[in-house]
Amino acid sequence: MPHRDVNAISFGPRSVPPRAGVGLKHEHYREIIDTLPDVGFFEVHAENYMGAGGPPHRYLTAIRESYPLSLHGVGLSIGAARPLDKEHLRRLKALNERYQPGLFSEHLAWSTHDSIFYNDLLPLPYNEDALARVADHIDEVQETVGRRMLLENPSTYIAFLESTMSEIDFLKDVARRTGCGLLLDVNNVHVSATNRRFDPFDYIDAFPVEHVGEIHLAGYEPEHDDDGSPLLIDAHNRPIDAAVWALYEHTIARTGPMPTLVEWDSNVPEWPVLFAELGRADHVLAASRQEVKHAAFAE
Amino acid sequence: MLRSLSEVQAEFAAALLDPAAVVPSDVADPEGKPTPRRFAVYRNNVTVGLVNTVSGAFPAVKRIVGDDFFTAMAIAYVRAEPPNSPVLLEYGKGFADFIDGFGPAGSLPYLADIARIEWEWHEAYHAAEAMSLGPDDLAGIAEGDLPTLTFSLHPSLRVVRSAYPSLTIWRMNTSDDPVVPVDLGAGGEDALIVRPGAMVNVRQLPAGGATFIEILADGGTLSEAAERAAESDKGFDLSASIAGLIDAGAVVGYSIGH
Repeated sequence: MPHRDVNAISFGPRSVPPRAGVGLKHEHYREIIDTLPDVGFFEVHAENYMGAGGPPHRYLTAIRESYPLSLHGVGLSIGAARPLDKEHLRRLKALNERYQPGLFSEHLAWSTHDSIFYNDLLPLPYNEDALARVADHIDEVQETVGRRMLLENPSTYIAFLESTMSEIDFLKDVARRTGCGLLLDVNNVHVSATNRRFDPFDYIDAFPVEHVGEIHLAGYEPEHDDDGSPLLIDAHNRPIDAAVWALYEHTIARTGPMPTLVEWDSNVPEWPVLFAELGRADHVLAASRQEVKHAAFAE
Repeated sequence: MLRSLSEVQAEFAAALLDPAAVVPSDVADPEGKPTPRRFAVYRNNVTVGLVNTVSGAFPAVKRIVGDDFFTAMAIAYVRAEPPNSPVLLEYGKGFADFIDGFGPAGSLPYLADIARIEWEWHEAYHAAEAMSLGPDDLAGIAEGDLPTLTFSLHPSLRVVRSAYPSLTIWRMNTSDDPVVPVDLGAGGEDALIVRPGAMVNVRQLPAGGATFIEILADGGTLSEAAERAAESDKGFDLSASIAGLIDAGAVVGYSIGH
């Protein structure tokens, strides 16, 4: 690493293009900086860059100099009944100011209760009580951080008897009340659809795509329920499944070209394997751009 | 009457880290039936995720005790002291003290000190940046000013004292070198850990070196630090200790008092 004061480097805003990007893993830092592969953008988990200094900031600074960035929080606990952690909001604001990411997102989930951080994206009942709380929290995030955020649809394994509305109506209402955008995780749709037994294509067709600002893709792990029926786990530990690629193509046909992230967070493969997954998503996006052009020509 | 969000989450949370707790009553499969197997996915995610976090910060402890023992010990730690912050870079600070009180690890009295070295290494890795001073930066200090000289030390600097040859054991378990028997009665080793650039430096401190650095880090003058270090260990060598500190990149500023 060059000897220089990384804290003194400042970035201008740089938007994320409607291309394929990849979740940045420390295993690949060196190769990315050395070879500058053709990648639309990188996404990082905000919490991994909340140390005061050190190599993670040095690498991210170098990568941000060459690529657009998306900042993805995994620990804010927007769906918790308790108030948001003000200290954590301040850290998210500081990271946004330092790295000027083109996109900033968090999850429709909770992870903190009674001061314990459970480090998982826990599910919410879909009803007015939860909706009011989530909307208030998103208002607070957007006011504090000073920008629009995207909210991601979850992978779920259970349903709550307290739910009184659908996930889509819940997300629609949150977006309408707060002005936030949505991050549509297509793998989460497939996982939840299998686990809760609804049609994932109907879900995509009903989704308020006008609010979507980013798409996520990942691999899931197949398991089984108490009665032997399939139970899919959102594991991010393998290639994207064929069913998820099909759902992604269907999604892009509705949304048009959209920044698309390939997530692979455990059993992280060698860079060329990840780069090949990325290429596949870029191929779908390029085909969609061609169709947009043809449609424009036909008019 | 629907329960409030707070009530729903209290019941759900209480069952996450306690395998004996009953599955929340409002959690159902798509037919509305109770589903312990599905709730177990969340329990497993929480425990495995936190154990992996601990595991990532303590590779030498894991190598010494083996995967199965480490996982059992980490699960006990996660259940006893779950994190209070979403910044998991900070989770594991209490693991060394937990190991001290963990009965099954009692036959490895040095194990907690290995965990201390690993934790301080981890903190140094993520610590704030600062520019280290070299010998030339300090060459102009007049000899008469030396007694009242105080140093600003690098924000990543840590000292770990051990009554065992813990640094030797740590090195053996973080390199590809063959593991050979270590004489636990060979005497203690104190470690200096500092990250002046991209790399974390770990060095064994000479006699009295730990006391010397601790007094300087508390804002003590060079003469106070030298005096206390010599009291703590007759073998203390002042000029070698200053040279070692500068060479490690541990000094980032100085001032001359009174």
